[in-house]
Amino acid sequence: MYAATVGARRYVFRDLKVLLARATPARSGDALAGLIAESGEERVAAQFALADLPLTTFLNEAVVPYEDDEVTRLIIDSHDKAAFAAVSHLTVGGLRDFLLSDHATSSVLTTLAPGLTPEMAAAVAKISRLQDLMIMAAKCTVVTRFRDTIGLPGRLAVRLQPNHPTDDARGIAASILDGLLLGAGDAVIGINPATDSPDRAHALLSMLDEIRARLDIPTQTCVLAHVTTTLDLIGKGAPVDLTFQSIAGTQSANKSFGIDLTLLKEAHDATLSLQRGTIGDNVMYFETGQGSALSADAHHGVDQQTLEARAYAVARAFRPLLVNSVVGFIGPEYLYDGKQITRAGLEDHFCGKLLGLPMGVDVCYTNHAEADQDDADALLALLTGSGVNFVMGVPGADDIMLGYQSTSFHDALAMRDLLHRKPAPEFESWLARQGLLDKENRIRPRAMPAQFSALLPAGGA
Amino acid sequence: MSTDDKIPVTADAELWTALRRLTAARIGLPRSGASLSTAPLLAFKLAHAQARDAVRAELDAPRLANDLAPLNLPVLTLASAAADKQTYLMRPDLGRVLTPRSEQMLASAGDAAKGYDLVFVVSDGLSARAVQSHAAPVVSATLKIMRRENWRLAPLVIVTHGRVAIGDAVAAALRATCVVMLIGERPGLSAPDSMGAYLTYKPGVPTSDADRNCVSNIRPDGIGYTEAASKLAHLLDAMRTHGVSGVLLKDTSDRLQIGGI
Repeated sequence: MYAATVGARRYVFRDLKVLLARATPARSGDALAGLIAESGEERVAAQFALADLPLTTFLNEAVVPYEDDEVTRLIIDSHDKAAFAAVSHLTVGGLRDFLLSDHATSSVLTTLAPGLTPEMAAAVAKISRLQDLMIMAAKCTVVTRFRDTIGLPGRLAVRLQPNHPTDDARGIAASILDGLLLGAGDAVIGINPATDSPDRAHALLSMLDEIRARLDIPTQTCVLAHVTTTLDLIGKGAPVDLTFQSIAGTQSANKSFGIDLTLLKEAHDATLSLQRGTIGDNVMYFETGQGSALSADAHHGVDQQTLEARAYAVARAFRPLLVNSVVGFIGPEYLYDGKQITRAGLEDHFCGKLLGLPMGVDVCYTNHAEADQDDADALLALLTGSGVNFVMGVPGADDIMLGYQSTSFHDALAMRDLLHRKPAPEFESWLARQGLLDKENRIRPRAMPAQFSALLPAGGA
Repeated sequence: MSTDDKIPVTADAELWTALRRLTAARIGLPRSGASLSTAPLLAFKLAHAQARDAVRAELDAPRLANDLAPLNLPVLTLASAAADKQTYLMRPDLGRVLTPRSEQMLASAGDAAKGYDLVFVVSDGLSARAVQSHAAPVVSATLKIMRRENWRLAPLVIVTHGRVAIGDAVAAALRATCVVMLIGERPGLSAPDSMGAYLTYKPGVPTSDADRNCVSNIRPDGIGYTEAASKLAHLLDAMRTHGVSGVLLKDTSDRLQIGGI
């Protein structure tokens, strides 16, 4: 039991998960789950109690029982006590102060990462302002490699997302060319397939690999099919660079996605065995998002931000190239408006980075959420300032297959210009070789380069 | 400002026009510096405004009932427990249950003692405009096929502010073996009036999304009325033959479609 007194009133919190939930800044998903603080005062009382909580509490009290949940077992069994020793004497509030201090340099935070649990990171996020989340995240450097280097300071990579409602190869190729011209694609060229048909996924993988090889692009490609589909395709010799999967923070939520840790390990091993990476072997691409566990009725009474951080424990067990929080996709019943989406995006980026993950964020919203391009612009700028590893690049910000708005090639380009971020170094050199940079090294394509025209789909030109 | 700062440059304009025939994606947009030019910026804002308006619009249930009346089946208009649009958006649980009054109306409607083979349920969902325009023609075209095959048809049911699962409650009350739920889909920027059809065999309390079959993107520029009706009839026949709906049935119906069209 935990408690805090405000004036004459004493607030009591039954256990750790209740304390974490009541301390969470307001959002609709926690209200829907009946977990949210009943008043503003109760929320801040919970934040006071949380700030005073020793970090060792998180090693002794699980929010989802150890016996029932393999994600909890992963978190506890893989906890690095030696790394934790540096902060083991601190409270949650003390950890926040330490992370903001000048002692917490990039290399100190890299060493600390395996000593922190997701719940510790989530707790710090709950008592932090957006500015804190930005400053602490910006100090974390997480670098990953496959055919290029992602996450270096001063760099911003972009996933080129050329989706098409019927997976039409020519339509997808047209979107890819548009994105490459505007400097997108250094994180990955990744298609969300319209169906889970293995044959279709195989054909798309072959097409992506051919485009990449013919233009000699230092990047990786991915078809975001279910992990079981990708595993089968690896067996059939398909050109799989990265294995994708959506993941969540409880065993039961992962089960609703049709996965468990054993399956992810099998996929990781199979993908590694292909040895397709030229400069590194980070071969997994994970996507997450607050609210997915509640949506699957698998939240165990834990708030959605804490569960999101627990998904990062799943991710870090497999040394991913990319982890992407698709923050506004789930809809207003979980994140109501631009304000809630903005906070969630910065929380996710901070927690993931602190835990040692190569975080990107899909800055996005649906048409039934109270949000628009102004909200997306604000979050994108805040994340770029926070050193996000990568963001999405969708033609005109309008994903015509998934029916939501993400960030555009132009948005990413504008942020690179405004906040002085460069593409991944190998990709930047490639852009220069294609003649897509101007005298000031800005990405400013003019006419379609001849080598691109050679790839134009038949019937297109 | 120099015009050669913009793409596509004139030489590429024809190229992008041709490429745009391959995809509805917003490719080859003119820009200034790194940013969008004014025309594509405002075009995007217009599409978003239309999608938002579609989400907020309320269903004109009496008009829809009127459109369904010529189909020679009784029409019932019911309400979910989500009293308004805002509640509907925030409380998915309320959109899945009927008001007590609606439950009473169902109990005294039709001939539940004998039961039915099929009930159509229509709900506004996230796009009232979609079902306002497309529900009656799709129900009409599908009924023509089902009547030839002697399906016993329940009254047509309209539910305001309903989620997909509210069709299960309606089917249970009317003792209908199959339910076709027609519902307005989440509006995308390029399609604010898309209707989805969710088909479930013997829906009950443990029914999950994996137990349903879905035909989405029903609208004149997507899956047209006749094609939608033929898909629905194929799926309903397969459901009745195999006694199952959902994931297991999906592959079969896809093959049927490929063979049949």
